Amino acid sequence: MSDLFIYTLRLGDDALIAAQRTAEWIAAAPQLEEDVALGNIGLDQLGQARSLLQYAGTVEGAGRTEDDLAYFRDERDFLNAQLTELPNGDFARSMAKLLYFATYQHLLYEELRSSSDETLAGVAGKAVKEVAYHVDHATQWVLRLGDGTEESHARMQAGLQEMWPYTAELFATDDLVQRLDAAVDPSTLEEEWLRRVTEVIDASTCERPTSAYQHSGGREGRHTEHFGYLLAELQHVARSHPGAKW
Amino acid sequence: MVTDTAIFEAVGEVADPEVPVLTIADLGVLRGVRHEGDEVVVTITPTYSGCPAMDLIKHEVELTLDSLQLKGRVETVLSPAWTTDWMSDEGKAKLTEYGIAPPTGRRAVGGPVSLSLTIRCPLCGSPDTTELSRFGSTSCKSLWRCNSCREPFDHFKNL
Repeated sequence: MSDLFIYTLRLGDDALIAAQRTAEWIAAAPQLEEDVALGNIGLDQLGQARSLLQYAGTVEGAGRTEDDLAYFRDERDFLNAQLTELPNGDFARSMAKLLYFATYQHLLYEELRSSSDETLAGVAGKAVKEVAYHVDHATQWVLRLGDGTEESHARMQAGLQEMWPYTAELFATDDLVQRLDAAVDPSTLEEEWLRRVTEVIDASTCERPTSAYQHSGGREGRHTEHFGYLLAELQHVARSHPGAKW
Repeated sequence: MVTDTAIFEAVGEVADPEVPVLTIADLGVLRGVRHEGDEVVVTITPTYSGCPAMDLIKHEVELTLDSLQLKGRVETVLSPAWTTDWMSDEGKAKLTEYGIAPPTGRRAVGGPVSLSLTIRCPLCGSPDTTELSRFGSTSCKSLWRCNSCREPFDHFKNL
């Protein structure tokens, strides 16, 4: 497997799994406008996933399509960061997750726009503008809930805390990203990410979480216990009716 | 032989299934037409990565080529990324008439400060409007309400 294939899979799997979780809010969000907003955000993430997985299939050169990669790989073959697969929890937890993830994606895509790989640069150039809206959306909710009632503040704080130990993995560097010219080394994004996220959390009157322990393993295919259930829901129709068209 | 310009004009008439008052030429979704040998290649670009209308647009372009008795295919390109700046003035006028506030050319997010900018009501023209949600009925729109005529309306947001 080439470095470029693995790198593209990491980005594509992040977007795909984030899309799946975001879409779980459809018809379950606290208000109709939020249903629509999260539906749109999920659709953006899915669109990015499609472009990336399609390209991963092309790079691999084994004839696998975006659908093959999404529906017919097993848990250990997925390379998404664990943050993306975590259950949504309550709305504040989901907004904490979106703030962390979208801020990371925004910084990543900004850099990836000047990748030596033309396709990745193209996908990033498109996605960066969409993700700016995701960051904005999450920011507004974190501010509103954090600086809201006693109850909303407590939940926002809990959400920020619960997702925090999964954030370091987004910025973990390894041989592959250092070797691959087309890749962005995510460790170069961490400082600015921390600055932006801290600014929002401070303004929301919440405390920025700290955690000595940070989870990892997603980039090597090791996932949380929640991931199998997510994949079962994502994949079962395609696997029950392989080759089905609609 | 049909010229590329004539083909561009013909396929440019394909309407956006989500906002049928706009054609893909108005939107800037149609990027170009070229010949490769005796095959016509039409390039289109999505407004948003996940735009669900792309498959239908592609199909409609293929049908148009077929009706011109041309052999061809449709290519989707992502770069350069679509922007609302590519929407024609005619397209913007058609949008307003249809009841959707057109893009203003000013980004609402992504700058150093997140600002809410006033959008004029496409129905009564009042600048006294409120954003209800930055995400509307499709990816490319946000949802607004006019405080003067009390009507809700969509705004084709800047990207």
